[in-house]
Order: sequence, then C-alpha cells, then structure tokens
Amino acid sequence: MSETLLEVRDLVTGFDTDAGLVRAVDGVSFTVPKGRTVGIVGESGCGKSVTALSIMRLLPRPMGRVLEGQILLEGKDLIQVEDEEMRQIRGSRISMIFQEPMSALNPVHRIGKQLTEVYLEHLDITKVEAMNRAIELLGHVGIPSPEIRVTEYPHQLSGGMRQRVVIAMALACKPSLIIADEPTTALDVTIQAQILELMQKLQVEMGMSIILITHDLGVIAETCDEVVVMYAGRVAETGPVREIFENPKHPYTKGLLDSIPRLDHPRKTHLSIIEGMVPGLLELPPGCRFQNRCPYKEDLCVDTPPTMESISDEHGVACFRWRDIK
Amino acid sequence: MSEAAANPLLSLKDLHMHFPVKGGVFLTAKASCRAVDGVSFDIMPGETVGLVGESGCGKSTLGKCIVRLLKPTSGEIHYDGINLGTIGRRRLKPLRREIQMIFQDPADSLNSRHTVRGILEEPFQIQKIGDSTSRQKKVDELLDVVGLPLSAADRFPFEFSGGQRQRIGIARAIALNPKLIICDEPVSALDVSIQSQILNLMLDLQEQFKLSYLFIAHDLAVVKHISDRIAVMYLGRVVEIADADTVYHNPRHPYTRALISAVPVPDPTRKRERIVLSGDVPSPINPPAGCPFHTRCPHVQDICRTEVPKLRNVAGDSERAHSVSCHFDL
Repeated sequence: MSETLLEVRDLVTGFDTDAGLVRAVDGVSFTVPKGRTVGIVGESGCGKSVTALSIMRLLPRPMGRVLEGQILLEGKDLIQVEDEEMRQIRGSRISMIFQEPMSALNPVHRIGKQLTEVYLEHLDITKVEAMNRAIELLGHVGIPSPEIRVTEYPHQLSGGMRQRVVIAMALACKPSLIIADEPTTALDVTIQAQILELMQKLQVEMGMSIILITHDLGVIAETCDEVVVMYAGRVAETGPVREIFENPKHPYTKGLLDSIPRLDHPRKTHLSIIEGMVPGLLELPPGCRFQNRCPYKEDLCVDTPPTMESISDEHGVACFRWRDIK
Repeated sequence: MSEAAANPLLSLKDLHMHFPVKGGVFLTAKASCRAVDGVSFDIMPGETVGLVGESGCGKSTLGKCIVRLLKPTSGEIHYDGINLGTIGRRRLKPLRREIQMIFQDPADSLNSRHTVRGILEEPFQIQKIGDSTSRQKKVDELLDVVGLPLSAADRFPFEFSGGQRQRIGIARAIALNPKLIICDEPVSALDVSIQSQILNLMLDLQEQFKLSYLFIAHDLAVVKHISDRIAVMYLGRVVEIADADTVYHNPRHPYTRALISAVPVPDPTRKRERIVLSGDVPSPINPPAGCPFHTRCPHVQDICRTEVPKLRNVAGDSERAHSVSCHFDL
C-alpha cells in the first residue's frame, strides 16, 4: 500500500434551502494514495460533485458549507486553512477538471492568456516565460500547432481540444492531486478514449493522484485503481476496482453492475433492474438509505443506518447483509 | 422477425438534408451543411434499427426528416408504400398517427403548463378521436401501460423525476397506436439504474403493440442491446449496416471498429487493444473529399482521398445482410 496523499474523514456538507438544511454529503470517508486513481461513482444527486467541491473549497457560498469532518492533504486539514492559503493550494497542489470545458474556460480571453494566468499567479516568472511554458504544455497534451492555438479563443476549438486545454491548465503547476469531475461525459466516445488515454499517460509521467468522478462504470473499470460507490450522500462500498467489480457486496453496487447493457450480452433480453428511484434528500429514511429499492431489506435496515464494515484490508461495505450477497 | 417476402414498413432512398449556411450582409446562402448526405435503408415491420454515430453525424436530423419535422432536400421516404414527400398535408395527417417520436430530454419535450392528462389527451384532440369520457379512459390505460400511477394524471411534468417524465413521453408516443416510433436518445439523459427500467419498458411495448423502432443513440452498448440491426453513421452517411451481432462481432468498417473499441467496458480484468483515432470529426459544412472518414482512418490510401466509397454488400456465409462503404476489405 502506497503512502496516503489525501484523506477525507467523516465529511458532512450541507446546503441551506427553503426547506431547511440539506445534508448533500453525510459522513463520507475515503483515502487517495499517492500516484493512484480513485473513482467516485454514483447517480445524479448522490453527492459526488459536492464531495469534490468540498475538497476544493469551491462550494457555492453562502448556501453550501462543510459542517463536519476533516479533509487532510498530507496531514494538513484543508477545512481549517485561511482563504488566502487555500488560493495558493488550489492550482498548485490540487486542481480540478470540470465536465463542460466551454464553461470552464473564459470565452472572452485567448487560450494563451488563460493558461499564463495560472503560471503568473503561482510562480515568479515573466509573461514571456509563462507564454513559452504554456505553448510547451499545450504541445504536451496533444494540441497540434500550439503556438497558433494560444492566440485563439475557446470557441475556435472543438470539444475534445477544449478539454485538452482545461487539462493543460490543471496540470500547469504540476499539482499532486487532480480532481476530474465527469471529464469526458460531454465528449464523444472516440474523443473520450483520447482524453482518458492522455490522462493516464500524464499520470505515469508526473506521478500525480487523480480523483475521477463519473457515472460510467466502464470508465471506472478502465482507468481507476480504487473506487468509492456513493448513494444518497453516503458511501455504500469502497475497495480496489477489481474486487468491487468481481465481488460486489453492497446490493446497490451489485444492482448497478447487473443493470448496465453490455456489448457481449445477448440482445433484446430484459435487463435486471433496481426498482424505484433514489429518495429525495429531504425525505430520506432513518435507516439505510437504499432500503426502499433493496431486495435484501430486513427489519434492522428500516431504522438503523448501517456503518462501514471491513471485509478485507481494502474492501469496505455499509450493509448489514453483505454476507448474504452473492 | 420479418419474412424474406415482407415489405419494409419504412424505406429511405438516397435521403439528403442540407441546411443553408447564411452569411454576408443580406444573409444569402454561402455554403450548405450536409447533415444527411445520401442515406438509404429499410425498417421492416416489428424491427428495431439502431442508428449510432457521434455528435453531428446527422442521426437526429435523419429522425426529424422521417417524422417530417424537417423537409428533406432530396431523396424519398416511403412509409408502407406511400411516398411521404409527394403527398399533401391533408393526406399526411392520418399518417402522422402511425409514426411517432420519443425525445431525449423529456423535460424539454413535455409542455410544462399542461397536466399529464392534458399532454396525453392532446394527440386524440388533434386527430379528433373519441369524446372526453373515452379519452379519459384512454389516458388511464396509457398510464397503466407505462407503469405510472393513475394519480399522475393530474400532476405537472416538473413533479416527476427524469425516468418518470420519459415514461410520460413514451405514453404520449404510443397513444395513437403507432406502427413506428423514432426514439432520439431516449435514455441518454437518465441514470444507469433508471435507464435499464426504460429499456425494459420499451422492449415490452414493442412486443405488446408490435412496434418498429428507429433507435438513435450514441451509446453502442445500449443500441446493441435493443436493436435487431445497426446502422453506423459518420458525417451524414451510413458507413456500415448489418445485424446487431454482426456489427459487434465482425465489424468491417474501420470507423465501426474504432467506435466499438472506444466503448469503455465495465470489466477491469479485460485489457483490450484500443484503437484510438487521432483528430476530430470534420465539419459537415466542408466535408473532406473522397471517403468522409479518410482524415482519421488508420488504413487510408490514395484512392480514399479522391473517391467516395459506395455502400456495398460484404455479407459472409453466416450473415443475413452486411453492407459497408469502404474501398477495401479489412
């Protein structure tokens, strides 16, 4: 087991809404080892993006705030640091890649200006030097003729090229952690394959850790070392990718894996399904949050929330009945 | 499945849809965007044809041409032997009952100011079918068929989740007992666990009402699951069409191969040879000469840059039908 870079402990993030405080993330813990890729998977509204924004301290203010827990980056609690220090950490130690590259880039500034901004903010170098570095970096992420591209605006690039620019921005100061929130969801499959391959290549070269947030289990299987499965604001199951896919112990993980159509399965057969739908965050049941959809539900699940149990050193599951799940 | 002698329900013949690109002071047409550029294929009664391709390949435009939300530039659409391009509005109206559409985003395609009952009654009102009592009964039946509670009728679309809204969209599409439904990315906006519920519903409805589907999507795994045949589109053209299993097991076009290899497989033990295509899809406003795929093709030769390959039959011994537009036998 390699060294831990980031540890999230019992994170609770809440939002003030008209209906009261909503705990979008409610007691989430996981660790990110150095140089590894951890996938966070779950359906819309399960809290995966809020977890990412909590780590980055980019929650929408004043509605969103971290209520409890710790986010330890090499032992330092990011929740406690001053805003000014967090500004320094963001971009140089941790950076983020967003889903929609068009909204992550400023439409009225040239690519070069946006990239050099990162350098000028964090490093003590001249504008010319920064521009040279930006050109070099764009070439590195596979953008043809980067010296021309730096003079162009985001709308002049294709979706895949824009995402490469966003990746270049995230990498500019060689951060130790990159959080990628659905980085390929807006892209076509052939472009997705290009971007995922690029990210893997850069990770090998630069040795950073990646948190990859996605709803696509295929992307998780192909790129991650470890996976955190989230459901309704909590972690349902966590462990090494291979273990989770071959031996899922939470009924939700198992249901998800069984319900996806696969290329090598027989056609026009009924897919197995997870009945019902995710409960709203305002009407969560007191016990296990998956109970209304769970085929393994028993009396205990109704009122008692399950705690994380260790199946092995690395594999944890929050379900009372994991021993019965084959 | 269809017999050899059966007539196709829908037949597309060299369909073109070009949009003018306007510019200049007087907004005159400067160029044209060739969204659909010569597409021909048939859909048999009871069959599902999957249409896959990346964004901008013309797959949605093709769907809109079939339901006549767009009037094609040239080419023919025959439905049940009738050429839809030559008949007038009055004769088209009863045919509209038979071809319906399901859209990608049910939040956008349902009128937010109408109750579910209003939405589902509208098709009957437009086609002047039944009176208010019989329509009410029909709405209740439709809700039951798509698995929604009867209490849903008096609520508004925003009160439902994405999956439930898609059920409403499906109920509206099957209201008038259509024979053909054009499904434009019907499950792409849904979560994985809801997606499988909707796919199962669509399979059930097909069996119950003997529907034909044109299933348009970018997710190859979903398309292969629900389709009998698959057509792969690239830059407005069909580059390969064959039985769904054939397309998956024996793809002959380099683009189809790359597409299949790019789909992430939810199995961490499988390490595959991935064909990563370089570059982006060219613009349909100024498509490359020759084969539209030649700018990204790993097997490109001189002939590809000048001559457009024709869709030709390459069916092997065990294959029912298999056509590919590529100059070479790969």
